[in-house]
Amino acid sequence: MSTIALIDCNNFYVSCERAFDAALVGVPVVVASNNDGCAIARSNEAKALGVKMGDPIHLIRDRLDKHGVVVRSSNYTLYGDMQRRVVAAVEQFASEVEIYSIDESFLDLEPFKDRDLVVHANAMRAQVQRWTTIPTCVGIGPTKTLAKLGNAAAKKNPLFDGVGDLRDAAVRAWVLDRFPAGDVWGVGRATAAKLAALGIVTAGQIRDMQVKQARALGTVVLERLVAELQGVPASAVEMIEPQRKGMAVTRSFGTPVRDLDALMGAVAQYAMRAGEKLRSHGLVAGQLTVFFHTNRFKKDAGQYQGMRRIALHPMTADSLELLAAARRGVEGAWRDGYAYTKAGIMLDDLVASELRPRTLFEGDSDRRERLMSAMDEVNARFGRFTAVPAAQGFKRDWRMRAENRSPAWTTRIDEVPVVRA
Amino acid sequence: MPPLRLHDVPFEMVPHQAQLLLYSTPAGFPSPAQDDMDEPIDLAGWLIEHPAASYLMRVSGHSMTAAGIVDGDMVVVSRAVEARPGDIVVALVHGDRTMKRLRRSGDRLWLVPEAEGYERIIVDEHVEIWGVVVALARRYRT
Repeated sequence: MSTIALIDCNNFYVSCERAFDAALVGVPVVVASNNDGCAIARSNEAKALGVKMGDPIHLIRDRLDKHGVVVRSSNYTLYGDMQRRVVAAVEQFASEVEIYSIDESFLDLEPFKDRDLVVHANAMRAQVQRWTTIPTCVGIGPTKTLAKLGNAAAKKNPLFDGVGDLRDAAVRAWVLDRFPAGDVWGVGRATAAKLAALGIVTAGQIRDMQVKQARALGTVVLERLVAELQGVPASAVEMIEPQRKGMAVTRSFGTPVRDLDALMGAVAQYAMRAGEKLRSHGLVAGQLTVFFHTNRFKKDAGQYQGMRRIALHPMTADSLELLAAARRGVEGAWRDGYAYTKAGIMLDDLVASELRPRTLFEGDSDRRERLMSAMDEVNARFGRFTAVPAAQGFKRDWRMRAENRSPAWTTRIDEVPVVRA
Repeated sequence: MPPLRLHDVPFEMVPHQAQLLLYSTPAGFPSPAQDDMDEPIDLAGWLIEHPAASYLMRVSGHSMTAAGIVDGDMVVVSRAVEARPGDIVVALVHGDRTMKRLRRSGDRLWLVPEAEGYERIIVDEHVEIWGVVVALARRYRT
């Protein structure tokens, strides 16, 4: 039997904002998504006021103002650095750490299982809070699904005092019987509806499903879930970052884009960024998709979605190749007369660059590789997009809107917090 | 022995893809210094012992000049070490970030300035010790 924990930062983005701005402590805070669109993190006070995940900020503006809710633009530079610190604080408490998302990590606690794991988990939480100020909850169980569920239980039920230990069969049964089926990790809305039709509404009932019945509902995931809820691991903690299947660089525009040149400029920047991402992971891509569309929520305005998929042959991580493909795509899909609010690039068929099938007639790829690494170096040293191909353009009036973004407190020397003496 | 016969073979059965392996062989003399190479001195690494728990802050004000910390200095604030009396600390006083010397006087802790004209502050429920100043960095000119 394995011993797995999930550590999850409470209201992570809000907690990061509060770490360096005491004025945000104790008041309702909402962090808005890219372009200040939707609520993507809420302090407990904001949750209590009824702000929901994904609420469009402009639709709830009045309510936010009335209750004095502070809205912060998302600051991923800060959140990424704080995540790094949280993971570092956790490392000594586990034999393996699998970063699952920006605010959650799975931990292998097998070597520590003879200790009092609740004490162990609390020591870990204390260390994270001491190093980063960020509060966390921990779930412990024999499988990932149960660890995740224990964590959710710890968040909801103050009885657990921050650590939901589901290793004990009686505790596990008690929690599972009260846990909504739809909230179980991996149960989507469609599956939840199918389950509900069978009268299955709690995690405990999923656990008691016959394998045949789970299979009949049509998903392998569900079958695995039944096993995991029974305490049989379907997946050990994955130590190696799974090979990425695809990646995307997408963003909303601060001001709608109406002309081809401006869109090209934006898409070119995404292509450069995508190339940089690929190279940093040592990957090449076989397919590029470029898309752009108008604001779907503006029903009265003209609607159009442009999208082109382009095969990359040979597979490449060369920004200039990606850029050329993206430009071809944009040219092909472009329609005049619309106000575009979002564009993006997706890359698929990713493989490690050393496994890339070689083709004849690849041209002078060595020189290109040197150019790419020189570009990456310049951009890393002097700030992103110092070195850009001319097509990318320098005017950036379509840049993201982020009116209330906090400084990069921990990563830029001219933005570090000031201390009064 | 049966006579040798030739057949027509469908095109898709003919192997028409060959794996091409590319090798590179380094040549030339290795550098004689290679085995004795050191990394350049990492000053930041020396100043910041616990990077995951340390935060840089810029000093504004003159209340710690006698402690050798002046306006505009950069300090390394660590949350990995426990604050002890005698340490220079960063504290939140009613939410405001301030840097003072932590002192014990009788059974109370105080935040004590080290310059003329500043008041000391008692550590009560409105004060949170945020971190300990563990290092200082200053540049005189560019």
